[in-house]
Amino acid sequence: MNSASGPYNTTWTIVFLCWLVASVSALGSLFFSEVMGFSPCLLCWYQRIFLLPLVFVFSAALFPLDEKVSRYALPLVLAGWLTAGYHNLLVWGIVPDSIRPCSQGVSCTEKYIDLFGFVTIPLLSWLAFSALVGLLLALKRRTSK
Amino acid sequence: MTKKNLVLTVSAVLILSFFLGTYAYKQHRVKTLDFMAKENASTFVREHSKSLGPDEAKVYLVEFMDPACETCAAFFPFTKQLMAAHPGKIKLVLRYAPFHPGADQFVKILEAAGKQGKYWETLQVMLASQEYWASHHQPQPEQLWQFLPQAGLDLDRLRSDMNDPAIARLIEQDMADAKTLQVQKTPGFFVNGKPLVSFGYEQLQQLVESEVRAAYPNQ
Repeated sequence: MNSASGPYNTTWTIVFLCWLVASVSALGSLFFSEVMGFSPCLLCWYQRIFLLPLVFVFSAALFPLDEKVSRYALPLVLAGWLTAGYHNLLVWGIVPDSIRPCSQGVSCTEKYIDLFGFVTIPLLSWLAFSALVGLLLALKRRTSK
Repeated sequence: MTKKNLVLTVSAVLILSFFLGTYAYKQHRVKTLDFMAKENASTFVREHSKSLGPDEAKVYLVEFMDPACETCAAFFPFTKQLMAAHPGKIKLVLRYAPFHPGADQFVKILEAAGKQGKYWETLQVMLASQEYWASHHQPQPEQLWQFLPQAGLDLDRLRSDMNDPAIARLIEQDMADAKTLQVQKTPGFFVNGKPLVSFGYEQLQQLVESEVRAAYPNQ
């Protein structure tokens, strides 16, 4: 099968969407730090570590289509998703201040942006990782049949 | 469209949006700050702000600095050169953005030195000896004290003046203004309210020179 020009099947489209979400998030994250000048806090760094390789993993999985990509991508995605989840709990104050790990540098609860009163950068991160978790689980279900 | 072209096109669109976004953001920032410079000049220069150069200078070079910041120390001789190149036309205003942990102590020393009339001498000594007391690998703030006598300071008086609550309030005000003006890194420069958008010696020189030309068109 000529993978670069073959038909758009659902599996390919799912991996493509994963790549799109990862790329938009990676560029968005770089925009916040490099253009707007926000210093990433410790937890943001861990999320970036799990996010940035995904752009390359998904790119490679598109040509030729690697249906087993979730084997490599899902651990990264889950690690990022858990970190983002924990980060949001801190921001919302559900996890108390005393056990937060970021004592030096930028505070993880510093709110750089606050769109519509509740959209923060950690929430955007969590939404992106959640979308990736959903897409990869859908991919796994399709390919394991 | 083939899959390859789809991915390439989307990549190009994403990267292009990133750069367009960067451009739009910088333009927006320049406009907002320009408005603030007209409507709310005190955000840039407060009553307490230390300055160098004549009052009648038409070009105000406002620098948000941190005494423990290496780049600030590296830039300081350069800003003085810029002032010397345009005598009487530039006024340097120093504001504090002590972002390094514990850096507010150094601001307190500076301000207390000002009470002895030794502000600029102390700043000179601090920046020149910075590598000994503010090394990133091993900051040793107490090492600064051995250099301070070079500025001709009465250290006992300095120690008691440092704790003046007025100095703490002044630092708070400067930090609040730095936040309003979105200064996130030091040194942060503004020339007549225009921010230094792309950082570097040449860029600062160009910005200063264009403001000097605008303020003194007939010279």
